[in-house]
Amino acid sequence: MEGHPATIPTAPPRAGLRLPGVGAGLGRGLIGLYLSVIVLLPLAAVLDESLANGFSAFWDAVTGDQSLAALKLTVVCSLIVVAINAVFGTIIAWVLVRDEFRGKSVVNALIDLPFALPTIVAGLTLLTLYGADSPFGVNIAFTRVAVVVALAFVTLPFVARAVQPLLIEMDREMEEAATSLGAGGFTVFRRIILPNLVPGILAGVLLAFARALGEFGSLILISGNIPFDTEVSSVFIRSQIESGNTSGAAAVSVVLLAISLLLLVAVSLLVRWSTRGGDSASFYTRVVKPLAARIGFGGGPS
Amino acid sequence: MTPTLSAKWGLRTLAFGYLGLLLLAPVGMIFYKTFEHGIGPPVEAMTSPDALHAIYLTLLMVAIAVPVNTVFGVGCALLLVRHKWKGNAIIDGIINLPFAVSPVVIGLSLFLLYGTGGWFGPTLSELGFQVLFSIPGMVLASIFVSLPFVVRETVPVLQEIGTEQEQAASTLGANAWQTFWRITLPAIRWGVAYGVVLTTARVLGEFGAVTIVSGSISGETETLPLFVAKSFEQFDEQSAYAGAIVLALLALTTLLLMSIGGRKARTASSGPIPIAGDTAIATANTKEGS
Repeated sequence: MEGHPATIPTAPPRAGLRLPGVGAGLGRGLIGLYLSVIVLLPLAAVLDESLANGFSAFWDAVTGDQSLAALKLTVVCSLIVVAINAVFGTIIAWVLVRDEFRGKSVVNALIDLPFALPTIVAGLTLLTLYGADSPFGVNIAFTRVAVVVALAFVTLPFVARAVQPLLIEMDREMEEAATSLGAGGFTVFRRIILPNLVPGILAGVLLAFARALGEFGSLILISGNIPFDTEVSSVFIRSQIESGNTSGAAAVSVVLLAISLLLLVAVSLLVRWSTRGGDSASFYTRVVKPLAARIGFGGGPS
Repeated sequence: MTPTLSAKWGLRTLAFGYLGLLLLAPVGMIFYKTFEHGIGPPVEAMTSPDALHAIYLTLLMVAIAVPVNTVFGVGCALLLVRHKWKGNAIIDGIINLPFAVSPVVIGLSLFLLYGTGGWFGPTLSELGFQVLFSIPGMVLASIFVSLPFVVRETVPVLQEIGTEQEQAASTLGANAWQTFWRITLPAIRWGVAYGVVLTTARVLGEFGAVTIVSGSISGETETLPLFVAKSFEQFDEQSAYAGAIVLALLALTTLLLMSIGGRKARTASSGPIPIAGDTAIATANTKEGS
């Protein structure tokens, strides 16, 4: 804005038209200070604590039997859950876009329920239906199946919401051409539709994976938090804090943080890959950005 | 492609079956469990002193964290969009951090900073400030977890409205504040409102970070999600279910506002400036809603 001519004396060029009240420099200072106090200093404290007893202590904490078991469980369950999401998310998006039925807008809104519902409530609802008092007689409480089900609940919207806009925008002509040339329904899906949906599915999968890795609230009641069995990393971190081993907790936290940051980088690489060539940034603006904004998980430069 | 009738019904059954078993049935079940013996028991459970205090505390978190992050979010979005600077990419990356971090890790980070052996804990407690296991720590946790929403929702809207009207207002003699209140804010209001709804939902339901920093002391530092967890662990299922219902109803209201706000934010026909870039999504939404 500095270059904008001040044609009226009451509007001096550095009046901070864009950022009222303060200039850009002061604004940056204030925002930097806010982010430091709220985000950066706390995270720096975690990094510092994880290395408080040296790198070998950090390594021992991460590779300890219990923490390694928790980390393995977290990663394996998250992988299973994103695979489930890739399949069912795509089916749900398909039904919401290509199928016609009454109450579609209600179902469409319902997809966001896991984003809105507090995680502790999510865990409790699942426990009520699939716990010891299950009216179906299905008791999965305190098992690894419960971990997968809870993670599937909280990550349900990611793939569906990433695939939906791609399906809406897809050109039907190619499908019609394929059909008229004799391709069957499944061939058209596999050869024409699926390749177009892959970037959306991948973006949804990466974001769901990041979410599943750190999940805590929905697991705390239903998983039973049994070490070496159903204890995920986030629960392990809490148990270490409670037993006073903050440096061990911090070490595992740093590992989770590093994986999440890698996933962030992967999402932005995916954006770059899928927007290569001439087709502008439509994938980013149509798929990743709305989705990222909705769940607050950034996927690239603004 | 017109899928065969059996394929269509197959997909429909799979989608509805999955949503029904994972989402609808569990949520329906908890409503049933709560009101199994009429409305009396849940009302009684929710009017106990501890429950009322938990509701009060949850609303207090919203009342502090949401305005703070809204002011920060709008200011930050203005800075990122309207003032090109090399460091903007770094600011943007830091804003995304809270969502790459597990809530428990956020709790741990505040614990390490403000605990008795922490960086600031001893100094602050000498000055008479108790951050951990009291309201300030819980507020900090709530602000941390919900920080990015308003920025993320406001940035794209600001990019799309452009600067022409702002420049016109400035040329006509409006000062920075007048331009902001009369031109910029009305144009971005639905984006901001959507961000506020998402922030509120996140703060209302936050469990992991708050459970670490609050100590979960009944009637003192217990928010509604903590109350639900503790009631359940102490076999007071009636209170747990009733608390969960209150949270679920708040979530359903949020969901309603999300679907309205999301549509408005994307259509954004309300502002003085028509938004050009988003017609495709707006059309898509109309299609999808039909």
